Amino acid sequence: MMALSKKMLEEEPSEIEMLLPWHAAGTLNARDARRVEEALARDPELSRQYAVIREEYAETISLNETLGAPSTRAMQKLFAAIDAEPARHPSILSNLSFRFSGFFASLSPRTLAWSASLGALVLVAQAGVIGAVLTKDQGPALASINMDEPETITRDLAGSVGQPPRAFVRFAPEARMADINALLDSYKASIVGATGGMFRLQFGDKAMSKDEVAGLMSKLRGEKIVSLAEPQ
Amino acid sequence: MQVLYGRHHVRVFRFGLRLVRDEQIAQDLISEVFLDVWRQAGKFEGRSAVTTWLLAITRFKALSALRRRKDGELDDEAANAIEDTSDDPEIAVAKKDTGAALRKCLSALSAEHREIVDLVYYHEKSVEEVAEIVGIPENTVKTRLFYARKKLAELLKAAGVERGWP
Repeated sequence: MMALSKKMLEEEPSEIEMLLPWHAAGTLNARDARRVEEALARDPELSRQYAVIREEYAETISLNETLGAPSTRAMQKLFAAIDAEPARHPSILSNLSFRFSGFFASLSPRTLAWSASLGALVLVAQAGVIGAVLTKDQGPALASINMDEPETITRDLAGSVGQPPRAFVRFAPEARMADINALLDSYKASIVGATGGMFRLQFGDKAMSKDEVAGLMSKLRGEKIVSLAEPQ
Repeated sequence: MQVLYGRHHVRVFRFGLRLVRDEQIAQDLISEVFLDVWRQAGKFEGRSAVTTWLLAITRFKALSALRRRKDGELDDEAANAIEDTSDDPEIAVAKKDTGAALRKCLSALSAEHREIVDLVYYHEKSVEEVAEIVGIPENTVKTRLFYARKKLAELLKAAGVERGWP
C-alpha cells in the first residue's frame, strides 16, 4: 500500500487520497468517512499526507479568521437598498431563513463538535443579532422587515396545545451534519430550540394524536444517530 | 432578513475578499449579494443549503466585479494591502514559523486554487456543494483541490519548507 500511494503521487491521485481534505473538514458522508479511516489505518504514507492536510486545514482557517468582518456600512447600504425596493410579501424570506438546511448550514462541523453548548450558542447568537438590530436606530425598511422575523421566532419558541408535536432530541456524538439534515428532512422536522446539547424539534405542521406521537417517538428512538428522544 | 444577514455576512465577506482581494469591493459585494437574496428568495427551493446558495451568488458577483476592474488594478500591491501582512515565506521559515509560511503560500495560490481550498477547509463544503458553487463536475472538484495542494507544496518547498508530502 505504501508503494502504491507513492506511485499514485507521481501519477494520478487515488479516490481516497482526493477525499482526505474533506475528511479533515468532517464533511464526508458516513460511508466515505469509513473508507478513508480504513485506508488511513492501513497506509502510513496516506497518514503522513493526512497530517499535512490537517495542517493546511488549520492554517486556512487561521488565515480566513484574520480577514476580519465587514463594517456596518455594508449593512446600512443593504437595508437602504431594500428600502428602495418595491414592497414584497415578507413570508418569502422567513421561509428561506428558517429552513433546516439554512440552520445547519450556519453551523460548521467545527461548531457541531461543540454539541453540549451548541444550542445555547445558536440561540444567544440569534438573539444577539435580533436584539442588536432591534435596538438599533431603524430606517423604515428595517422596521418593516422586523415585523416578520422576530414574530417568526416568537411563534416557533412558544409552542401550544393543538400545535404540531415537539420533542427533545439528543443526537449521537458521531452524527454528522449530513445525517442530521437527512433525518430532519425525512421526518419533516424543524429545530425550534436547543438547550444543554438537546434540540427541540417540531414535526410537520399538523397536530397528531397521542398514538401517532408515541409511534413517532418510537421510530425516532430507533434511529441510529438519535441517542435520546422525549416528547415535549 | 437581518437574521440571515447576521448569520452569514462575515462568511460572505471573507469568501468575497479572498476572491477579489480588495476590501472595498468585498464590502460592496455583501450588500449586492444579500440584495439579490432579497430579490430572489422566492426562487430558492431548498435543494441546497442556504450557505451554498449564498456562496454561489458571492462567487458570481465577485467574478463580475473582477471583470469590471482593469487587469492592472488587481496587482500584488492591492493583494498585499488586505491580505497577510506577515513575513515572506522564506523569512517566516528562517524564523521557524511554518504556520506563517503556510498562510503566506495559501495567499499566493491562484484564484481558482484559493477558492477551492477556502470552500473545502474554511467554509466546510462537501464535494457536491463545491461542485454546485463553482459550477464544475464533482470529479473536477476533487482533482482541482488535489492539484491546488500540490501547488501549495511546491510554493512551500521553494520557500524551504519540507513537509514530507508529496
